[in-house]
Amino acid sequence: MRAVKRFGGEAVALVLAAVIFLIPFALMLLTAVKNQVQAIDLDFAWPTEWRVVQNFTEVIQARDYVLLRAYVNSIIVTVASVAIIVVFAAMAGFVLQRRAGKLGALANFLVLSGLIIPPAVVPTIWLLQGIGLFKTLSGLILVEVAFGLPYAVLLFRAFIAAIPRELDEAAMIDGCSGLRLFFKVIFPLLRPVTITVILTASVAVFNDFVNPLYFLPGDGNATVQVTLYNFQSQYNTQWNLLFMDIVLITIPPLLAFVFFNRKIVAGLTAGSIKG
Amino acid sequence: MTRQQAGPVTGPGPDSTARHARGASARRRAAYPYAMYLPAAVVYLVIFLIPTGMAFYFALTRWTLFDSTFVGLDNFRDFLAEQNLRIGFQNTLFYAVVTSGLKVVLGLLLGVLLTSKLRLRGFLRSVVFFPVLVSTVAVGITFSMLLAPDTGLVDKALALVGVSGPDWLGGASTALLSVALVDVWKGVGLATVIYIAGILSIPQDYYQAVAVDGGTAWHRFRHVTLPLSWPATYSVIILSFIGGLRSFDLIWTMTRGGPGFTSDTIASIIYKQYQAGFFGLSTAGNVLLFLMVTVIMVPLTYLLGKRQVTT
Amino acid sequence: MKTSHRALGTALAILTTATLASCGSGSEPAATGGTVTLSFMTGSDQATVATTKALADGFMKANPTIKITIETQPGGSEGDNIVKTRLATGEMTDVFWYNSGSLLQALNPAQTMVDLSNDPVLANVQTDYLPVVTNAGKVYGVPAASAAGGGILYNRKVYDQLGLSVPKTWADFMANNEKIKAAGITPVIATYKDTWTSQLMVLGDFFNVQAAVPDFAQQYTAGKARFASTPAALEGFQHLADVQAKGYLNKGFGSTTLDQGLKMLVEGKGAQYPMLTVLLPPLLAANPQAATDIGFFGIPGDGAANGATIWEPNAIYIAKTTKHLAEAKKFLAFVASTAGTDAVSAAVQPTGPYRVKGAKLPDNAIQAAKDVQTYIDAGTISPALEFLSAIKGPSLEQITVAVGSGITKPADGAAQYDQDVQKQAKQLGLPGW
Repeated sequence: MRAVKRFGGEAVALVLAAVIFLIPFALMLLTAVKNQVQAIDLDFAWPTEWRVVQNFTEVIQARDYVLLRAYVNSIIVTVASVAIIVVFAAMAGFVLQRRAGKLGALANFLVLSGLIIPPAVVPTIWLLQGIGLFKTLSGLILVEVAFGLPYAVLLFRAFIAAIPRELDEAAMIDGCSGLRLFFKVIFPLLRPVTITVILTASVAVFNDFVNPLYFLPGDGNATVQVTLYNFQSQYNTQWNLLFMDIVLITIPPLLAFVFFNRKIVAGLTAGSIKG
Repeated sequence: MTRQQAGPVTGPGPDSTARHARGASARRRAAYPYAMYLPAAVVYLVIFLIPTGMAFYFALTRWTLFDSTFVGLDNFRDFLAEQNLRIGFQNTLFYAVVTSGLKVVLGLLLGVLLTSKLRLRGFLRSVVFFPVLVSTVAVGITFSMLLAPDTGLVDKALALVGVSGPDWLGGASTALLSVALVDVWKGVGLATVIYIAGILSIPQDYYQAVAVDGGTAWHRFRHVTLPLSWPATYSVIILSFIGGLRSFDLIWTMTRGGPGFTSDTIASIIYKQYQAGFFGLSTAGNVLLFLMVTVIMVPLTYLLGKRQVTT
Repeated sequence: MKTSHRALGTALAILTTATLASCGSGSEPAATGGTVTLSFMTGSDQATVATTKALADGFMKANPTIKITIETQPGGSEGDNIVKTRLATGEMTDVFWYNSGSLLQALNPAQTMVDLSNDPVLANVQTDYLPVVTNAGKVYGVPAASAAGGGILYNRKVYDQLGLSVPKTWADFMANNEKIKAAGITPVIATYKDTWTSQLMVLGDFFNVQAAVPDFAQQYTAGKARFASTPAALEGFQHLADVQAKGYLNKGFGSTTLDQGLKMLVEGKGAQYPMLTVLLPPLLAANPQAATDIGFFGIPGDGAANGATIWEPNAIYIAKTTKHLAEAKKFLAFVASTAGTDAVSAAVQPTGPYRVKGAKLPDNAIQAAKDVQTYIDAGTISPALEFLSAIKGPSLEQITVAVGSGITKPADGAAQYDQDVQKQAKQLGLPGW
């Protein structure tokens, strides 16, 4: 009886998930393989013509294979900035949670400000020009790090609060403090939240189109989200190609997520504190 | 049984925090050196704080990007005289409350569901996380298709049960709510991931303790999962509420604040001024939005933070 | 200890790689072996890209020592900000494509662009085009494409079937609409999902405004004439409300997109669409019949005069930061020559006459372009207001959606727009506001 009930529950969950989450995805896929005239209707009609290969090659070849270059750029920017965000934010979040005081209060306020205030584009460009990093990948990486830090610090701080101070004390008795205490004792315990930060930060950086547009202009420097503009404009939009592009830039991260899902789950569980 | 005793000792206990708060400050200084702020602080200061400080000066000027004329507080006055500011303010609060509320509740439920012993757990996690990966532009267009009047799937489904659906995004009364729900669809995956991390960070001993006491699933949820996933709840509330107060990108792609001005939020009003090239005015708007969000968030974080210590 | 080293090591390695990677990508394309490379930033929509490519290819064929690299950027107000940002930070390409008229005024040309006044580059540009690329008495650009008409695109087949003729007055237009509606066809297509398309009824009405109040543009720029208090200017808002109130619009107009509207027009499901003729050429590949089926007429007014409102072509400018001024000028001279316009015509159908001396519409030009030419030959045209005045309120598209959807009354909409205009004039620092 319980098994039946359970099975029923799972079936309901599956159907609901399919309806709510997969129908929009199906719509994107369908539109991506239509011809240009039919795609304009933006509806669920079955494609009159299956242009899977044509649309695919057209999108890949657009603007001298800009999509492929964009992939390389996006991956570099995402991997580098996320790695930096994780290490920097974890350290900052640790001190912020453990050591209150005036500096802590200021840091808390700055974290909150970073979440609230939208970045100021032009002064940031002046600054990057000043330090010679404008129009470079490292410049964009620094920008993504700076804008991504508050979110990550907030998450780390909240989760470090759940780690008992007794662990610190024990480590300090062993003569471990500062960086060693953090990386040897605390950081391994933060695996669930670290993975969460990696996920959220990668998505934010990979899906960002405003910052690359301003801080890394030029076709050679495109990132994946910027390629959407090749098919969408104020005037005519090529909906089928736009959606093919969307599908092409969404599926690889999705595959990566599905592929690493097991590892992610394992990592999440491994981090839980055992009594 | 031994595990049961071990639990509370290593768990996040308020007593331990309080006990050690008065500990030797010298040792604490060594254990938690301020130098660990340094890498984050340098990047943040140079790339974010300095430009932001410069921008705040421009809030006092008429700024074309090419040159600026000092106008004092004119921009602030002009921004407050904005024709649709009142609607924008109401919409902003509505949007933030609806989206963050739903994200907390649904994120928690999905988090519990996806950490349970469900067989399809892995698949469902991918499915729930998928919308997060899709760019805002794509989400906006896709849902515009689904919500199209008469021909969209939503109205077609409603027609099956005999209801004539409205023009969700084109109608003044439904536009903002529709966008808010799409925002939840897109963002609930992030909340869920945060909750999964929170739930998995709860030491197993607590559950075992409840199980020994013969607790039901509800009991387990009410007395272990809910209170001990507080770090996750705290993060989700703060992040999604601020996100909601500042949100404009989805609104911009789906309705452009329309029809007319009916789904404008403060952030979309600011964005429109930025788009129009009124850089000083839009910066002034940002300063005001910052003040508004701070006024709401500082007491809120204080309250939530207090709750955190006393968990 | 293991974790700490590994984590720090990874971060360091990534930092180093990132720094190294950046060295390669930041360098400017430099002159190599006698060839000069000109960078050219242009809009990202199909017709603009095709025109740009045609111009660049045609120029490179004639000048093998100069290479042009094209860079695209999004259009609309997003694009405006990118152009402004790049000009203000000194990072603009050598030459760039941008709007003429009021939007040019916001780029601070004196500081950012090369002055072309009295330069031989302008030799072949029609003199009546020059005002729209002029700021403070100095000329900065050459016309990049053909002019366009802004008014009603109509399906001539539907008109033939129903025995209708092109309306000369607003009353005629409404009478036509009634007949079209009776035949089960949508009389007027509205696509308010793409908000900017809602402005056409107001902006395209300017010929009629000018016919009634000849100095409106001047008075308006000086802050003396307002939309709400000028009956002729209020008409546009009134028309917008009328077509909705009479039920002449397509169902679900609030959620219809521009592309869907054009499709309805071409397929004859809708008879008339207030729009610019520039939208037609990209349709031709999939709908060749649009070349002959779709015609153009100016929005009819209440007065005796009948004419059309014209959108001047965008222009190509030279950024002051260019290091290849001579080559850039050579390119602009090519753009503003019949060789340039021929190259463009071969790639993209013109949507109206060119603004280059001696350039003619090709014989196979689309019907709508020929219709625009007819108005020009008759002399019954006026440029749109944005080409006569630096002021254009940024919220017009939201206001016209509200008026056109029946949310706001026309008079209130006009008054809101006057306030919006006032805000912009203040931000521009214009005298008299």
